[in-house]
Parts: sequence; C-alpha cells; structure tokens
Amino acid sequence: MTKEIIKIENLKRAFTMGSETVHALKGINFTINEGEFVTIMGSSGSGKSTMLNILGCLDQPTSGNYEIDQVKVKNLSRNQLATIRNEKIGFIFQSYNLLARTSAIENVELPLLYNSKVSTEERRERAINALKMVGLADRLDHTPSQLSGGQQQRVAIARSLVNNPVMILADEATGNLDTRTSYEIMALFQELNKKGITITFVTHEPDIATFSNRTIVLKDGNIIQDYKNNKVLSAAQELAKLPQQDH
Amino acid sequence: MRLLNLFKIAFKAIILNKTRTLLTMLGIIIGVASVIAMLAIGEGSKESIRSTISSMGSNMITIRPGTDTRGPARGSGGDVQTLTLKNYEVIKEQANLLSYSTPVVNGSGQVINGSNNWPSTIYGVNPEYLNIKVVDLQSGSMFTNAEVKSAAKVALIGQTVVDNVFPDGQEPVGKMIRFNNIPFKVIGVLEEKGENTFGQDQDDVVIAPYTTVQKRILAIDYLNQIMASAVSEDDAPEAVTQVTEILRTQHKLQDYEDDDFSVRSMEELISTFSSTSEMLTLLLVAVASISLLIGGIGIMNIMYVSVKERTKEIGLRMAVGGKGSDILMQFLIEAILISITGGLLGVILGLGATIFIEKFLNWPTSVALYSIVISFAVCAVTGIFFGWYPARKASSLDPITALRYE
Ligand SMILES: Nc1ncnc2c1ncn2[C@@H]1O[C@H](COP(=O)(O)OP(=O)(O)OP(=O)(O)O)[C@@H](O)[C@H]1O
Ligand SMILES: [Mg+2]
Repeated sequence: MTKEIIKIENLKRAFTMGSETVHALKGINFTINEGEFVTIMGSSGSGKSTMLNILGCLDQPTSGNYEIDQVKVKNLSRNQLATIRNEKIGFIFQSYNLLARTSAIENVELPLLYNSKVSTEERRERAINALKMVGLADRLDHTPSQLSGGQQQRVAIARSLVNNPVMILADEATGNLDTRTSYEIMALFQELNKKGITITFVTHEPDIATFSNRTIVLKDGNIIQDYKNNKVLSAAQELAKLPQQDH
Repeated sequence: MRLLNLFKIAFKAIILNKTRTLLTMLGIIIGVASVIAMLAIGEGSKESIRSTISSMGSNMITIRPGTDTRGPARGSGGDVQTLTLKNYEVIKEQANLLSYSTPVVNGSGQVINGSNNWPSTIYGVNPEYLNIKVVDLQSGSMFTNAEVKSAAKVALIGQTVVDNVFPDGQEPVGKMIRFNNIPFKVIGVLEEKGENTFGQDQDDVVIAPYTTVQKRILAIDYLNQIMASAVSEDDAPEAVTQVTEILRTQHKLQDYEDDDFSVRSMEELISTFSSTSEMLTLLLVAVASISLLIGGIGIMNIMYVSVKERTKEIGLRMAVGGKGSDILMQFLIEAILISITGGLLGVILGLGATIFIEKFLNWPTSVALYSIVISFAVCAVTGIFFGWYPARKASSLDPITALRYE
C-alpha cells in the first residue's frame, strides 16, 4: 500500500515584476509516493527551485493544487504550515541560508528551538549527531564565515536532518562538494531513504541522479521527462570504488 | 518552555548584533538622561526663585491708608491719617490668618555720629518686624515690648548706615547716635540683605520702637502702615480679604463705599516671578521634548533598519518552522530588553548628570519624578513599538519572500 505524500495538479507559478510576468512553472502534475527518492533535473532557470519552494510550503503557487500527505495546502493556516515545516520537512536551500555569526551547532539547533517538545539537552544531542552524520563533528563551534562553502552546505544538510523529517527537499545539496564528499552525502541520503524518508533532490549532475529511483526533468517550467530508474546504484559502493586518497 | 526558548533566541540575537543594540540603547539613554537633567535644572531654578522670594518674606502683607489700588500709597500715607493704632490692635486681635504684625511709622532724617552723618530712613516698629521681614541680627539684640511701651530711645541700624556713620570699623552696638538730633542707643545691627527686587538698599535703615518714632521724631499719633505676615504663603490672599473686612468694619464703610486703605500681599510679585520661572521650565521642557523626539527617531531608525536587515533572518526562522507569533515575540522581547536596559541606564546617567550640575556648576537642581516616568515611558514605548511593528510586517510575508529580501 503506497501513500501519496506529494500530489500536484496543474501547478503554476508566475512572478510579476512591474509589467513583465515570468511564468516559472506552467502547469505541472506529478505525485510522489512515500519512500520515493526522486531527483529533479533541468537546465538553469527551468523552475526547479521555484517548484521545490512550493513543495516545501515556503511559497504559494499562483494556481493549481498541492496536496501534502492528502491535505490541501491551500486549506492550511500559516501556523499549521509552520508546524509542518518544523516537524515534517527538512529543507536544504541552494544558497544554504545559515545564520551569520552563529556557530554550526546553533545553526543546526535552530529548527528544534521552535519545537517546544524538544528539551535543551535533546536539542544539543540531536544537533551534534546531525553534524557527525555530515562529517563535521570537529567544527561544532565554527561560524559560517569560518567554514568552507562545502562545509557550510553540510551544516545546512545537518540542519535539515535534525528534526527527523518525513520528507527531505534538497536544492542542489551537493552542488559545492567534491565527488567523494557528495557520494558520502548521497550514501547518507540513501540510508535515510531506506528508513522510509521521502527525498526530493534537485541536481545538475547526472551521476547523482543514478542514486535515485526516479527522475523528473524540467524545461522552461514544464515537465519533459519523468522516468523510473531501473538500475539504482548504491552510493556506498560507488564510494568504495573511488580511488583511495590519503589524508 | 516556548517562551523560554524565545527569550534565549532574543538574547542571542541581542548579543549577535552588539552595534545595533548599543546604538539603539544610546538613543534611549541620551533621550531619557537629557530630559531628566533638563527638567531637574528647570525645577531647581523654580524652587530656588521661590525660596529667594520666601526669604524676602513671601507671606508679607502691607496695609496702607489711602484709596490707591496700585503703586505706593498717595503721599506715603503722610497726609492720610486714617490708619490708627486702634486699627492695628483690632487686626492683631481678630485676623487669625496673620502670624505676626507690626505698626509702622517712618520718617527720613540725618543719622549722626560725631562728625559722620548720613541721610537715612527711620522705621518705627515693634519686635515682630524682624519676623515679618525675615531679617536676622548681625550683632546685638532687638528691643523688647517693654522698651516699646516706654518709648525707649534705642535703635538698630542696617549695614549701610554702619558703614557710613562708623567708617573706622568700630563696633556700633552700645554706641550713641543721633537721628534728627534725638539721641538713640544702638542696640543691634541688622543682617545684610542687599538690594531688593526694586533696587532699593534694604540695609539703609534705622529701626526703633514705633512709640519712640511717633512721639519723639514725627510727633504723630496715627500710623503710616501696618505690616503683617500671613501664616503661610497659601493663606496670604485669604488673609488680605480678612484684613480688608476687619478694616472696613473699623472704618464704618458702607457697601457702596470704596476702601479708604489698601491691603496688598507679596503675591503679585511672586506670581510675576513664578511665571518667569514657569517659562524657563517650559523652555527646558521644549528642549527636552526635542531631545526625546530625536532619541525616539534614532530608536525608530535603528529598529526599523535592523528589522529590514533582518528580514532574511526572519525568513529563515519561518522556513525552519518559526511561527509568525514566535518571530514577533522574539523581536518584542529583544525590543523590551533593549529599551528597558537603555531606559534604566538613561535614568542613572540623567541622575548622575544632575548631581554633576549641582556639585560642579553650582546650579540648583531638583529631580522631578514625573520627568523620570515620562521620559522612560516615551523611550520604552518608542523602542518597543518600532521593534515590534516592522517585525510584524516581515513576519507576515511568505518565508521565501522574506528570504529573498534584499
Ligand atoms: N522571486 C522571483 N521573482 C521573479 N522571477 C523569479 C523569481 N524566482 C524565480 N524567478 C524566475 O523563475 C525562473 C525559474 O527560476 P528557478 O530559480 O526556479 O530556476 P532553477 O531551475 O532553480 O535554476 P538554477 O538551476 O539556476 O537554480 C527563472 O527564470 C527566474 O528568473
Ligand atoms: Mg535553483
């Protein structure tokens, strides 16, 4: 029995700037079932981020339907949306969006600060664990300006994991990482996916797409391809095949 | 729990934005401190003017014969003989709003001591005169009621008279002087008072029992004046009415007849001075209000700009699940913490500045409680409002719009 966790129908998003209107999404339809690992591909400006923002309840579509876990998002209040973002979704921004002058651990703790069910100790512990998962156990107290681009990206990934989401939406989460680190991250995502977490992953790199079981390709705001991946590669195995580097 | 978290978040944000916090606080501190200090100066000078007037005898009431309403009585009362000792005695007996009273007769003449002579004025009074005029003695003592009764030839003299008839610095007490050829024994010297508000030298006087002056110098049996003091400054107007009633009865005046005397208190003078100092305070209040306004605009600016700057942060907080109300609460807590701390520091600085002004500039000051309350309230309210209002706008955006904010 599969559950539709995301269902969009004829979704449109237009941006009006003065007299000009940009149609970023021109009526797209798809459903994502619980437990799927979907990659979204497409050239720059094709509407990937726009779509992901709507899926993450960060933005509202101009028209069309969006159901999350069988609930129409349109019918949810702002507070209910905030709670969904806080408890169900892990969102990784293309531009990281970390709090400046704030340590890695505090950045990762941020979502849990808005969840009163999580105690201070648990919050800290979960943040440390998340940072360990992305390989930043030794950078807990570094602020974003003291971290490399890739490290900042990994802090952002850790932040998306810390609330144990049921759905992760990642916007080019490995865009700034070397092959090795990005395979490590993909292995992590595959592992999370095995545990039942639905993952929607925007990427430019075709090899990343081979780790997912489905790929949707966007072009100029339309879906031009939507196919199942019959031969899902294991990121952990691919990682092992990479030439060993000495540290 | 949730509120505690928000407190933590707000506290972290304050620490994170030290410069902004300091600038905002500075606006509040300066606003509050300047209002307190300025109003303290205003209140202080008002009080000092009041006490100066009081020291001149603010309760003083003068009763003169003649029908004038303003200015000195016609002919100094010399040719109007309607004020009698009997009148004085009745007033003394009946006017319960008066604490002291004295008959006054006065005349001018030459004060002579050997080869030194000096034109001056002699005032014939009773011992209560000193209380009414609020004068102390520099040396010697006042004559007694017994000496008044016996019309003793004793006198007290002012410093100007001392300077002119005892130029070689001898002690005048115990010496004999002559006033219009009548010998008087000097029994005291009045404390120096300087010029009064009208530029008269208050030290150019000779004081003697009124009986002596009436009989031996002026040869009259009426009074030129009655001087009295009301029990308090506030009672002065009432006392004037009381004395007027008594005198009208004494003089058997019909309802249609005008007073044939005048009773005046120092009140007019006081009100002139009060209105001057009132104006000074008003001016200071205006200046203080401007600085409060400028402080307020400063707070407003910094809070407003900082929230604009922080719109991205607000977007992120909402994106990871912060509710609009959480964000608002965070900014409200921040604004309250900053405003209250700034306000308290402002009060401390304002009080410090006031003490400094009092101690080192020797200006009279008096801190008014209302100035603390008002300035603190205005700054706190401005700070809190302008911390809250832009945050409210930002938190009503979609998270992504706030995140995209440039
Ligand atoms: N806030 C906005 N206002 C106006 N136009 C926008 C806005 N956001 C996106 N667009 C436009 O919508 C289109 C799709 O943008 P989007 O960011 O979704 O592209 P993308 O597929 O994520 O590209 P990239 O791979 O470069 O990140 C672009 O043409 C962009 O200019
Ligand atoms: Mg994008």
